[in-house]
Amino acid sequence: MSASQWRRAMNSAATAAAPSRAAPPTHSSRGRAATAAAADAPAKVFWFERIGARVKARHVVVLAAVLLYPFLATPFFTYQIGAQSLALGLIALSLTFLGGYGGMVSLAQMTVAGLAGYLIAIFGTSSVAAISLGWPWWLAVVFALVVATVFAAAVGWLSVRTEGIYTIMITLAIGVAFFYLAQQNYTLFNGFGGFSKVAAPELFGVDFKEPVPFYFAALACALAGYFLVKHLVRAPFGIALQGIRENPRRMASLGFHVTAHRVAAYAVSGLLAAIGGVLMVWYNGRISPGTANLAAMISILVIAVLGGMKHPIGAFIGAVVYVLLQNFAIDLFVRERFNLVIGGVFLSVVLFSPDGLLGLWAMLRSRLARPQPSHPQRRQR
Amino acid sequence: MKSTKKTVMLRTIVGAAAATCLLGTAAAQETLKIGVLANLEGPFAVPGQDGYRGADMALKEKNGMAGGKKIEFVKVSSDATPDKAVAMTRKAVEQDKVQIMIGPLSGDEGIAVKNYAKTKPDITFINGSSGAQATTLSDPAANFYRFNTEGAQWMVGVGEAALAKGYKKVFLVAEDYGFPYSQVQGFMASYCAKGGKVVDKAWVPLGTKDYAAVVAKIPKDIDAVVVVLGGSDAVNFLNQYEQAGGSKPMVGGSITVDQTVLNYKGKRRESLLGTMSAGPMADSIDTPEWKKFVADYKAQFKDGFPSPSLFAYLYYINTRATLEALDAVKGDLSGGQKAYRAALQKTDFKGPAGEVKIDANRNGVGSTYITEVTKAADGSFYNKVVKVVPNISQTLGLSEAEFKKMGLGSRDVPDCRK
Repeated sequence: MSASQWRRAMNSAATAAAPSRAAPPTHSSRGRAATAAAADAPAKVFWFERIGARVKARHVVVLAAVLLYPFLATPFFTYQIGAQSLALGLIALSLTFLGGYGGMVSLAQMTVAGLAGYLIAIFGTSSVAAISLGWPWWLAVVFALVVATVFAAAVGWLSVRTEGIYTIMITLAIGVAFFYLAQQNYTLFNGFGGFSKVAAPELFGVDFKEPVPFYFAALACALAGYFLVKHLVRAPFGIALQGIRENPRRMASLGFHVTAHRVAAYAVSGLLAAIGGVLMVWYNGRISPGTANLAAMISILVIAVLGGMKHPIGAFIGAVVYVLLQNFAIDLFVRERFNLVIGGVFLSVVLFSPDGLLGLWAMLRSRLARPQPSHPQRRQR
Repeated sequence: MKSTKKTVMLRTIVGAAAATCLLGTAAAQETLKIGVLANLEGPFAVPGQDGYRGADMALKEKNGMAGGKKIEFVKVSSDATPDKAVAMTRKAVEQDKVQIMIGPLSGDEGIAVKNYAKTKPDITFINGSSGAQATTLSDPAANFYRFNTEGAQWMVGVGEAALAKGYKKVFLVAEDYGFPYSQVQGFMASYCAKGGKVVDKAWVPLGTKDYAAVVAKIPKDIDAVVVVLGGSDAVNFLNQYEQAGGSKPMVGGSITVDQTVLNYKGKRRESLLGTMSAGPMADSIDTPEWKKFVADYKAQFKDGFPSPSLFAYLYYINTRATLEALDAVKGDLSGGQKAYRAALQKTDFKGPAGEVKIDANRNGVGSTYITEVTKAADGSFYNKVVKVVPNISQTLGLSEAEFKKMGLGSRDVPDCRK
């Protein structure tokens, strides 16, 4: 079976269909499969036709909405709701990729993001001149992303041999250890106080500290991350990863290197989380241990689960709902008890829909769609 | 004909009604929104709630009015992290459109909010209860006011009092973050200048449970132990110091010898007698202003503490200063709040625990109460006020140049070991 057939199978059917295909490639040469895919696809259709066939009305609507949003919303909604949701969504997306497609739930995604944020403060400029090295921002960003990705791969390498709750425990331990390291180390992390005045750069005369430019920077990163995940889960690597999620032993017997795939998935998700972390530190203008504490680590899991872990877009939907609740729950309810609203929403979403808000939406659509065939006349009207 | 007349009359009535309504709303629209940020989640949720009580008290004293306008509090909550403090301040300022913002609660939140204040020059920010030195000493914001004194000021005078008791050599145990640094500096500045010595310093992480290593390090030839720990950290240290056979007298920080420690049941309970500490207020201040404050607090909040906490007191004086300045300018916030800020600068009133006024950096200048643990008639322990040190500036009585030379309090500033 060629890779394109594989891909079609993954696209059309549910992921559960993958293991039932009885004739997997007998050789493990994914490289050859990829080149085959690249060879046969453009021969039939042009790339823009291929993209055109996939784009639906709802994609255009969503894209137009996110592009027009900052021009319609107040600076507060642009910055605190919009940009923060995109940055948090990107970190949650890294968990969706790892958990939803790789079957590995890591609590350390916020830690990776926090590390990237700290590296920006340490290598770039901040209020703590004694520690910050004052590198140009682009160099600090590149360095932060590379180091955070390597760190994520190392976390992966430590935890891939475990499953389920043990992965959660190990990543939790790493995250909490990082929190305490940051809180108690003064030579590198400046302890409890952390770093302030970590500003987003100015580029081509545009000040990225301003709400609208920062929103678009966050949007560009979020879209890039979203399409990267969309692409990866259909590429041979992503398909193998989903196979490993379903049945690692079978994939190993087919010749796939299970550990290598999993570590690579950690690295990819680490890169996404690191980009989110850089956006977060610019968004806050500061970083301290509280940015990556236990509550923050869990909030990323909450966001991913809230939106729905089976789709990349779920991370962003979850982030928007989470940020809105964080900001406005206090206006809705008895002030001292506003966390009840937040907890209640999370609880009911998880209770009634195992696939988060997206699952709720799918359930609603299928309920509404079902009676239609029995009323053909109404449909004609 | 008849019908037209009727219509005309109806119109008149409707018109009149509409006019009354408009007038009515015009009067009601004279409300002024003030944001209040404290904590309802995280480690300071309980003190945070008391902070809101303090702010509510100040408003109720004025019957909800200031400067001829009805005051509406927009309350927002942080979880003691600077990120959240700024996010919630931004929500109150940009979304709820408050013109004056009161808060936050803890030190690092204060520094973060001060930095945010610089980006909103048209809004006036007033501190809640945060007490980091750097907020107003290094790179202050022109629109950030703090009417309370901070951690270092709260310990001024303790150094002299310790020397008077004959404590010439001390050992220090303190938590490793900004607030204890400030407290220790306030103690040492005068203690070391007058010949006292800190033999060694043990900086322990916040939330330390095991003090065995620290206790083992305490030398035999010291006169007292300076303990700047809070809550459960203080209780844990006392227990373990007692079990190890320690018997030196103690000097405490502003949040060390509170009710949890005074209710301590160990064998060494008696040895707590005479423990010195200091703060901007004390439960046993013997003035009519303080007694009225406590009585009002108890009457207004049945679910509150037995006596107002430090946080209620600090939010109270900051909110009261906010409202009194509004009265002074008759609610006029025009022209970038220029007149209002001038009135704030001139604030000088007698609060429950002494005078409330500010210096050129817009930081409080006030009194510190030095207390000693004393046995009451019923056998319970309480902090008895032994001395009031008035008029303490943020430079701890030194000139600004001298203070700058010393620098802000940190692990090694001032050193005091020689």
